[in-house]
Amino acid sequence: MIVFENVAYNYGGGELLSEVTLKLAPGSFHFLTGPSGSGKTTLLKLAYAELRPTSGRVTLFDRDLRSLSRDDVAMARRRIGVVHQDCQFLDHLPLATNVLLPLTVANRPTDPRNLTDLLTWVGLGSLSDALPPQLSGGERQRAALARAIIMDPDVILADEPTGNLDWDMSLRLLTLLVELNRLGKTILIATHDLNLIRQAKAQVAARVLRIKNRRLQLAGADL
Amino acid sequence: MNLPAFLSPDRHADRVVPPSGFTARLTAFSAGAMAFLAVFALALSMASGRLADRWSTALAGTATIRISAPSTQMEAQVAAVLALLQTTPGIASARAIDAAEQQALLEPWFGPDLPVDTLPLPRLVELTETAEGYDSEGLRQRLAAEAPGAVLDDHTRWREPLAKAAARLRLLGLLSLVLIAGATGAMITLAANAALAANLPVIRVLRLVGAKDGYIVRAFVRRFTLRALGGAGLGTLLAMGGVALLPQVDEAGGFLTGLGFQGSGWLLPLVLPPLAALVAFAATRYAAFRTLKGLT
Ligand SMILES: Nc1ncnc2c1ncn2[C@@H]1O[C@H](COP(=O)(O)OP(=O)(O)OP(=O)(O)O)[C@@H](O)[C@H]1O
Ligand SMILES: [Mg+2]
Repeated sequence: MIVFENVAYNYGGGELLSEVTLKLAPGSFHFLTGPSGSGKTTLLKLAYAELRPTSGRVTLFDRDLRSLSRDDVAMARRRIGVVHQDCQFLDHLPLATNVLLPLTVANRPTDPRNLTDLLTWVGLGSLSDALPPQLSGGERQRAALARAIIMDPDVILADEPTGNLDWDMSLRLLTLLVELNRLGKTILIATHDLNLIRQAKAQVAARVLRIKNRRLQLAGADL
Repeated sequence: MNLPAFLSPDRHADRVVPPSGFTARLTAFSAGAMAFLAVFALALSMASGRLADRWSTALAGTATIRISAPSTQMEAQVAAVLALLQTTPGIASARAIDAAEQQALLEPWFGPDLPVDTLPLPRLVELTETAEGYDSEGLRQRLAAEAPGAVLDDHTRWREPLAKAAARLRLLGLLSLVLIAGATGAMITLAANAALAANLPVIRVLRLVGAKDGYIVRAFVRRFTLRALGGAGLGTLLAMGGVALLPQVDEAGGFLTGLGFQGSGWLLPLVLPPLAALVAFAATRYAAFRTLKGLT
């Protein structure tokens, strides 16, 4: 689905990521860890083409990112649900409209029952008319997850999706993601939460990637 | 994206971008003010165009030489004038108007029984000039020398500089229209850029959730085009009302009362609102695509 070959990235200072090679096979489940500031968010941004690698090659759905037009990139993003670390909502629109946004911009019909189910599932059923700035951090993260999955994407990239959640809600979100993975979705979760990773490993064959010294490595049992 | 497609309502795209009340209102106001000015520039250039046309056709006409002499010398002087005209550069043809024709000319004034023969009437020589025209001062001097009773009446010649001025005025009016269109485009580009900059975070989010450029551009283009259309429509109507209410004092003649639209000319200002919309469409589209180029 998403392939990195020898990707490097720097924001203009020193190189932040080097020689990153990664293959998100269909139906795979990955965690991405690493110290704060190591480049987890950057790597995810490379994966949904918000950033372009300074060298190396990123392939989205079997097509080289460099060969994609702007519209192609938009189409690729419709197949990738992203939970952004900072959520990225439109603050002037109510939560429900925000969650529906991927469908709206794709001119796809929206089923109000689906929306209600989804919002209820993430525990936001009563907040659908609230504006994003009125929500708590955890509520925003749950809404972000709802928005990421409403398009029924092939790939889900989640950046610290449980950062502001209590353990129960974290488990609930994890269960949802595991469930989606069983339905065939490709999942990548960036997180610091080792407990979450351990919990997931009990349920699904998840691989853990770690950014260390600018390189991406497969973490072993030494979690 | 073509014009009809964009005109089709796209409420979603419109709602997704927050209302840009102030910039949009400024756009409507600028478009209205510019349309108002454009109507007057249009009226000016059309009126001066009419004057230029009228005056130049009058110019293309003829001049007359009036010969007053004692009847004994009359024929000699007429012959002298005709001979002189034949050797004058810039004269295409010349002929003496005979008695019967002269009587016909005078009839409306004095009735059919006028005894032309017995009256000491001046004889007239009608001349037509070539495209290059003749030197009227030189001709006058030669006439004075060779036919003292002859007077050149080139009554239409004084209009020549006026006709030139009217043509120039028409050109200036058209130039003003072009400048007004350019200024409208510039102002709408500025307003659109301001709205785009203010909405950059919104645009970024839309791109992130998979919006194509066309979708985002449409939301802005639609908004600014409709505002420009509305503003220019109002401005045009007000200005047309102003032109229609100009006093129609025909006997005062001249230029000022001619400063209206005539007949189907009244339809011409009606192209201004669509034109303003087109300018807004192009300007906003250009600004929006340029902004999007900087985003992934
Ligand atoms: N737009 C930017 N311009 C310059 N430097 C940036 C930019 N975004 C991030 N960085 C830098 O790149 C490094 C990696 O940032 P990134 O957000 O990828 O880290 P992270 O691993 O997601 O951290 P965290 O766990 O805190 O979310 C940081 O040192 C950050 O300061
Ligand atoms: Mg991060």
